[in-house]
Parts: sequence; C-alpha cells; structure tokens
Amino acid sequence: MPKVIVVTSGKGGVGKTTTSASFSSGLALRGNKTVVIDFDVGLRNLDLIMGCERRVVYDIINVINGEVTLKQALIKDKHCDNLYVLPASQTRDKDALNLEAVGRILEELKESFDCIVCDSPAGIEHGAFSAMYYADEALVVTNPEVSSVRDSDRILGILAAKSKRAVEGQEPVKEHLLVTRYDPKRVAAGEMLSVDDIQEILRIPLIGVIPESESVLQASNSGTPAIHLEKSDVAEAYRDVVARFMGEDVPMRFTTAEKAGFLKRLFGGR
Amino acid sequence: MTGAHGAPHFHADDTMPREQAAFKIKNANLPVLILHLKTPNLAQVKAQLETRLKQMPDFFAHAPVVLGLADLAEADAALDFPDLLDFMRSHRMQAAGVQGGTAAQQDAAAKAGLGVIPEIPARPAPVVETEAEPVPVEPETGLAQPDLPGLEVETKVEAEPVPPPTLPPALPETRPTLIIDKPVRTGQRIHAEGANLVVLAIVNAGAELIADGDIHIYAPLRGRALAGARGNTAARIYVQSMEAELVAIAGYFQVFDEGIPDEIRGKFSQVYLAGEKVVIKPMSSKR
Repeated sequence: MPKVIVVTSGKGGVGKTTTSASFSSGLALRGNKTVVIDFDVGLRNLDLIMGCERRVVYDIINVINGEVTLKQALIKDKHCDNLYVLPASQTRDKDALNLEAVGRILEELKESFDCIVCDSPAGIEHGAFSAMYYADEALVVTNPEVSSVRDSDRILGILAAKSKRAVEGQEPVKEHLLVTRYDPKRVAAGEMLSVDDIQEILRIPLIGVIPESESVLQASNSGTPAIHLEKSDVAEAYRDVVARFMGEDVPMRFTTAEKAGFLKRLFGGR
Repeated sequence: MTGAHGAPHFHADDTMPREQAAFKIKNANLPVLILHLKTPNLAQVKAQLETRLKQMPDFFAHAPVVLGLADLAEADAALDFPDLLDFMRSHRMQAAGVQGGTAAQQDAAAKAGLGVIPEIPARPAPVVETEAEPVPVEPETGLAQPDLPGLEVETKVEAEPVPPPTLPPALPETRPTLIIDKPVRTGQRIHAEGANLVVLAIVNAGAELIADGDIHIYAPLRGRALAGARGNTAARIYVQSMEAELVAIAGYFQVFDEGIPDEIRGKFSQVYLAGEKVVIKPMSSKR
C-alpha cells in the first residue's frame, strides 16, 4: 500500500527540506520506489538540496494545469535509482496548488511509487495545508527550542483536526517526532530543550534525533542530501530514522554528549 | 431559572381547522443576559464594555441582551440608542430590548427598533405557588452577576412562567458532557456549549477550553480554561496538574504573569469564584 508522508514543522528553517531530501533518499536506498514533492511554490529549495536544479524544466503547477504529464515533470535523482523529484514552481501563483488537483496527482503517483514524500513549506497557510491534507504519516520536524515546539504543536493540532483522515473519520495520521539540530552539550548546559522536554509537550513517538552539524550546510551547498555524506553522524542519524520508519528497532543515538574523559571524571566533571 | 416548558400555547390549527398549521405560538421563558446601565454616560459604558470584551471576546457571542434602564429612570436622561446598538453589534452583542426606564427612554428604544419588555412583577404569593408546579432549574444557565463599576451583567428570565397545573413537571434539560480524549494543541479551541467539559489529555500552551459549565482536566493544563462562560459563577475548574496560562470563572480571570505560585504549580487543583475573587486551591488526593 503506497504511503503519503508529509515532512512538516510550522516554523521555518528547522530542517524540513534537508530532512525531506535525506529521508526520501534513505527510503530509495532501501529499495522503495520513492518520489519527493516540493510544495514550497515560490520559494523552491528542494531541487537545490537534491542537486537537480539545472534539470528542472517543468514543475508541479505545469502538471496541475495539464500542460505536461507527470512523467515529463518528474526528475530522476542523480544519487539513487529509485528516487524522483517533483519540483515546485518558482514563479507561479501558489494558489494554483488546490487540494483537488493535489489529490489527483497523488493518486496518479500512488500507481507507480511506494513512498510519496511531501516537503511542506513553513507556516500554516495554503501550501502547508495542501502538503499535509492527504498524508498517511507525518514527520514533524522540531528544533530544541520553545518557539519551534509551539509551532509543531500547532501543526499537530491541524493534522488531528483538518487532514483528510481526520475530516473523513479514518484512522488518524501517524505522527513521528524528529528532533533536528540537536546539540547535547547545549542541552546539558540548559541552553536548549532536551528530547524529553520536547516529548513531554508534544507527546508523540520519537523517530529520531539529528545532531547539529556543520556538514549539513556543506551538503546543502553541494547539492548532496546529507544522508550520502561519508563518516557523518548526520548521515547515520538519518539512516536510523529511515530504519525506524521501516519498522526496525534501532536504539536512539546522538542524544547525549560524548562521555567525559577519565581525567574529567576524576576531577569532578560529569 | 428558565425552561420553555408547560407554558400555555395556541396551535394555529385551532383556528384554521382545514389547513395544516404553518406556525404555532408558544410562551417561552428563555435565558437572556441583562446589561444594567448604571450611568446615562454611554461613552463610559462603551469604554468599560470594550475593556471587558477584550478579556472575554466570546462572552456574548450573539446572545440576546436586554438593556436594563431601571437605574436611569431617575436621571431621566436621553439615550442615543442607535449609537449604542452600533457599538453592541460590532462586538457581537444582540440587543433584544429594554426593560425599565422612563416612558421617554422606552419610546426612544422602541424607535431604535428595540422591544420594550415589561418589568417582572414580584413573585406571586405562596398560595399561587402551591397551585403551580415549581419551575425547574437548568443548572448550566445558573446565575451570573459579574459586577463592574458602571455596568452589570445578569441572566434573568424574560417573563414569569405560567405553567398550567394540568401539565406534568418537565425535567431540567442538560446537555451531555463533552469529553475530549486527544491532546488539545496550540491554536485549538474546545467549546462545550451549555455543558460541562472533561479533557483526558494534555492541554498545551496556546490552547483554549471554554465551557458554560464546569471543566475537568485529567492531565496537565498549560493553556487557558474558562468555565461558566455564560456567567455561571458557581462553575469550577478541576485540573490534575496546574500549569495554566489563564483560568477564568464567569468572566473573572486570573493570569500568572509572575509564574504559578509554588503551592499549586503542577498540583491537582481546583478553581472557583469567591465573590469576585478567583480562588485556586491545591486538592489533596487523600480524601
């Protein structure tokens, strides 16, 4: 049964697009036929992070307007065989992204893909709503700070009340908490919320913790999803997330600061 | 205090035997809010109402309001009803009529499209009461007398009920309790109209619970809870872990600018109204 997964957060800049790129790549690496759709019409970024910006000819709005077929608009990813990108339009009116048209596209994609990942724009406006409406599951991306947690709470409320599953009284959207940009040292110092703090507020199951890392920025700039980076804790963390999503029992990592050395322990450090 | 039961009524088909009844007229006793004007200075009234409605934007929510003019009869001042009505409409208050006041004031009100409601006569002597069935009380509409200098809001029945003795007594109508078993999240608002509200999951910061009756929360309350929203001063809030942004009973509210006091923070607590004071007390689970 094909799945529609929305990557959402409410707040901007928390790592939705980075997560969409790595998560969809991870699903594809595990053999799932996957498509990732950029819903951020007017501010498209996913193509940059996937490194396919020079191959964008048509976009989702062209498909909605019936100017091209889905096949013509899909771009094959350069890293994974099983992965396709459906880019957003940079120029069109975002109101073109109407619910009915999005539903039609998703139905058509379900015929040939196992996983459909929807990269939501920030906010709770039209684009974000279109991205989440048809979701079967949701990755709620949250940074360890109060404003991000509050916005995620708002999004969870909308998912629970206004998504198609909620409106039609079906089984609710399956929610997963993904904490990104996590810095255990700053958490220990009381400068950031801990994973426990976040879960205490949001009360949904944790699917993973992505550590704060400079390599994410390098990956974005080079058009390579972070999951492909060699010897990177971010890549490992995203692989764990994908494994957990596929139902594997993988212990949580990157939630605590590296153990203090022997000398530090001897002299009273933690 | 109310109830549309047992009043004498006339079926249209009593007088039109051949045609199907297109309407019937019934004597109803409906709960309405009375806005007692304590000063003819309408600018002052509007200013204070404005402040009040900022705190409780949904207090009236298109409910019919009767303007009580009894206190203005002596002053015999002319009142600009059209202006006051404009103001009320823009704040979602529906003025239904006036009660009391001088003949001139009532005349002006009628010209502005308001009904003139006769003053309720004093309750008849006990002899009459033994003949009539007692009027059942609807719990959630109870009493409401949030006092403000200058104005006063109160629920009253519109007219004295006259139940014919032949009809059986009607039972009070209560709406079933609204039960919420999922988290109430930022931006969500739950309104239990004319009913009590029970929440079994967390109420997060930025969420709002409103009930015309009591509110029970068997989880942490981190958002707002407003009980007795239509003026029931006897309404209470019970919360398993008090972490609220705001609690209110019948429009009297308490915020926690300086944080929640230690003796109730995170505690099983109840909130009630003592006079005009919102009281929050920890509750012992060992009773």
